[in-house]
Order: sequence, then C-alpha cells, then structure tokens
Amino acid sequence: MSFIEAKEVYYRYPQAEKDALCGVDLTVEKGEYVAVIGHNGSGKSTLARLLNGLLQPTKGEIFVDGISAADKKTLFELRKRVGVVFQNPDNQLVASIVEDDVAFGPENIGVPRKEIGERIDFALSAVGMQEYRKSMASRLSGGQKQRVAIAGVLAIRPEVLILDESTAMLDPRGRREVTDVVKKLNRENGMTVLAVTHYMDEVCEADRVLVLSDGKIVMSGTPAEIFSREEELEKYELDVPVPARIAAMLRAGGMEIGRIYTKEELGDELCRLLPKI
Amino acid sequence: MKDVAFGQYYPARSFVHRMDPRFKIVLSIAYIVAVFLVREFHFLGFAAAFAFIVIATAVSRVPFFKVLKSVKGILFFVIFSSVLQVLFNREGTVLAEWWVIVITDVGLLRAAFITLRIMLVVMGTAILTLTTTPVEIADGLESLLTPLKWIKFPVHEFALIMSIALRFIPTLMDETERIINAQKARGADFESGNLFKRIRALIPILIPLLVSSFRRADELGDAMDARCYSGAKGRTKYKKMRPTYRDFIALALMAGLIAGIVLLNGVLGVPV
Repeated sequence: MSFIEAKEVYYRYPQAEKDALCGVDLTVEKGEYVAVIGHNGSGKSTLARLLNGLLQPTKGEIFVDGISAADKKTLFELRKRVGVVFQNPDNQLVASIVEDDVAFGPENIGVPRKEIGERIDFALSAVGMQEYRKSMASRLSGGQKQRVAIAGVLAIRPEVLILDESTAMLDPRGRREVTDVVKKLNRENGMTVLAVTHYMDEVCEADRVLVLSDGKIVMSGTPAEIFSREEELEKYELDVPVPARIAAMLRAGGMEIGRIYTKEELGDELCRLLPKI
Repeated sequence: MKDVAFGQYYPARSFVHRMDPRFKIVLSIAYIVAVFLVREFHFLGFAAAFAFIVIATAVSRVPFFKVLKSVKGILFFVIFSSVLQVLFNREGTVLAEWWVIVITDVGLLRAAFITLRIMLVVMGTAILTLTTTPVEIADGLESLLTPLKWIKFPVHEFALIMSIALRFIPTLMDETERIINAQKARGADFESGNLFKRIRALIPILIPLLVSSFRRADELGDAMDARCYSGAKGRTKYKKMRPTYRDFIALALMAGLIAGIVLLNGVLGVPV
C-alpha cells in the first residue's frame, strides 16, 4: 500500500448541486513531492482538506499511512501524521509570540514540556526562523509568518506536509522563502510534500504534477511532461511558465531547444545554442 | 498603530519584568487593598504607598513619567469627583459660602484624599501593565483561576479565548486601517458632521470588519483542528511559571507596606 492512497473519492459540499470531487484516485509515495494544480473551483483545496480529515469523503476511501481519513475516530492519529499549512498567514497563528505558536501543536498532542523546547528548536531552525523565537508574530512579514506556520506544523513531526495554496497571499519574495524551505524539507529531511498551488513556477520543484479540473485528475506526470502539453493545459485554463513558453516558441521557429521549464535552464540552453547561431 | 494593541508594555529586562506574572497580579490586588485600608485623612499611609510605587518603578527601569502618565486617562474622572466633593460636602467648618455652594475644610480634605487614592491605585496597576505583556497576564490569570475548575469553570478555554483575542488585536487594527482607507478612497467622510453623522459613518467600517472576523475565526478553527487541537484534555503546557527570589522579596515588601499602613491607622487613631 502506498503512503497516501485515495480510491474513487467523491465529495459534495452540503447544499451544493455538483460534486466538488468526482472519483479521484491518488497515490503518493513516501518522500515524494507532488504538486496539485488547477483553476479556481477545480477541487484542489477540497482534496487537501480531505487528506487531513477536515472533510470526510461522501464516497470512496482515503488512507494515509494505513489510517483511514474517512473515519472520524482516527482523526487525531491522522492529523498527527498530516500537517496542513493554509493560505492566509494571519489566520493560522494562534499565539502572539512565535515560540508559543510553534508550541501549540506539540502541546495539543501531549508532548512533555522539555521535549517541546527541543521540537521548537528543530522546527524553527528547519524554516530558518531561530532568531525570531521570542518575536511578536504580528511584526513579521507574510513570508516569515508562513514559515512560522510551517514550523508550527513541523513541531508535530508529521509524515506529510500539505500546502493548501500557502503562497497565494505572499509577495514574490515571501513566496521564494516559503518554496525554498519546502524544497529543503523535501530534499534534506525526506518530507513528503503535497503542494496545492496555482503558481506554475512552484510546480517545477515537484517530482510529479497532478492537474485537477472539475473535480477530476485530468493530467499527471513530471513537470517537463506536463508543460510540454501546452494546448491541453490551456484547455484547463492554466498557463505554461514563461521560460517553457519561450522555449516552445523558439522551437517553433526552428531552434533545436530541449524541454525547458525554469529560467536557469533556459539561460543554459541559450548559452549552449548561441555559438551555433 | 500596532503598538497601541500591546497596551503600555515597556520592554526591558528588570527585576519587576522577570517576576512571576501571577505574583504581580496578586500583589497588584494586594496593593489596591492596601491603598483602601488607609484610614480617612491619614496621608502618611498614602506617602508609604507612594514610596512603594517609587521603589517599584526604580527597580523596573520604567521611566517614572510613564507611570505618572497612566493617570492621564482618568484625569477627568478625578477632577469631576473632587470638584463635587469640594462644592457639595457640608461637613466641618465652613470656609466660604456662595449661593448653594458651601466650601468646608472636610470637603477639601476629602477631595484631596479621594484624588490621591484613585491616583495611587491607577499608578500601582500601571506598574503591572507596564512590566507584564498581555500574554503573560493571560497566562498568569489562567494559572490563578485553575481552582475554578472545581466548579466546572472552563479555565483553559477562557485563557485560550483571551490569548487568541490578544493575538488578533494587531491583525484587526491593520484591517480596520485598510478598510478606512478603502472607504475614504471611495469618498467616505469620517471627519465632518455632527456626532450622529460620524457614528453612522462608522457603519461601513464595522460591517466589513465583522464579516471578515467571522471568516478569520472559521479559518483559525480549521488551522487549530489541523494542528490536533482537541480541548484541554491530554494537553501539556510548554510555558511554566516559576516563582523566584524576586517574587518573595516583593511579597515581603508588600507585607511590610500593609503592616505599616495598619500600624499607622492604629497609632494615629485620630485624623491628622
């Protein structure tokens, strides 16, 4: 059994006329970095909420580490393993002081006092916020707040980190800070990451990309594979990152340029091709 | 604007700042009791209470004018009540008389006495709020209220509500500012017109603020759920307050103050 396994999951919000998710199958292995993209209302946030038990599927089953997310009795165990970072940095910090906020999760699961201190050290250094330990959360920037929110989740020591559009309300710099931290957690600590986003440049960091549309997974593959299917993406109202688009245009113009989706790669390719022109 | 939210807290690392917040709260209450224990017109008792404030301020490294400034907020109340005393108290010897107004020596003394009493109480409690963050006060109150669990009072929930409210003050202040600017940009006028017009002008600020507060509460609830919150049961606490020698020194000083005032009350049986 895979680490996260969802089979034929349906979800309909109360009083809604249409299913938000209709028959989603999903498997995620331990240590994987999966990005979920889709336009507004595609069901991507619903998927994130189902995995943490904030919502229970109307039909189908979800297992995380063998624990059913559809069963309200095992909710506490599920949430210890699945950490979620939400969109609005202001609405997920509980305490005024950074360390008190990070302590909130461990306190909830009954970690002994001494160990909470160690967990705060670990979590804050993992997101590079050690020196703000005693700071007032309200004085931090959006990116910093969101890093504290990640630390608050890490202090529970989850197995998987879900980012539910965690960068949507940040400025470009804050977004960079958060994506760098998440990438580091995935690469260095082997954290399983499921990132729901609509920023294409964040998708590039992922091992695998899922495209959701109208509650169904319509595309799945590596970022390179996904971005090469430009027409299809457009059909789902999604943009291809600018470097990939430039590469596609150059290719159409007759240049022998490879599959590209980051600025750095585009730079390298152009430098390589320059002498041939 | 954000700093207003944190009251008048004066950041420093002093003797008083590092005291246990529970002791500070209890001692503040004891101080108020001490001031009220001073028998009428025993101004020497007030002098002792004032000396206590001066010492406390000195060891707290808070500039003394900050403590004095705390009286500003109640100045109107103080003046109003002492004027009433002077004008309408008819006990004692009459010093001056005009129409319905009678000024007596007792009236003057009582006005001075009440004014000093209120000022001393306010200054004393200001030391608490100047040296203790609201979060510490909330934690201290939670700990002090713990015995109320016996009568099924939800102490943990109460403390959590308090600390979340404190946490959201700066956030909501920012939001208010944003809404005011947004409404101004749409031509709203908050500065002119009579009182009623101005109050009505606040409605377009309060409604969006209220709506967004509900949304925030909803999202915060989800975030708390996601972080395994399930009430007070099985929960540990990271911050632990521990009284130190500082607290016992302060306690001894306070006991001295109260003993002194009681002694003065007895020795000087008759008003000065």
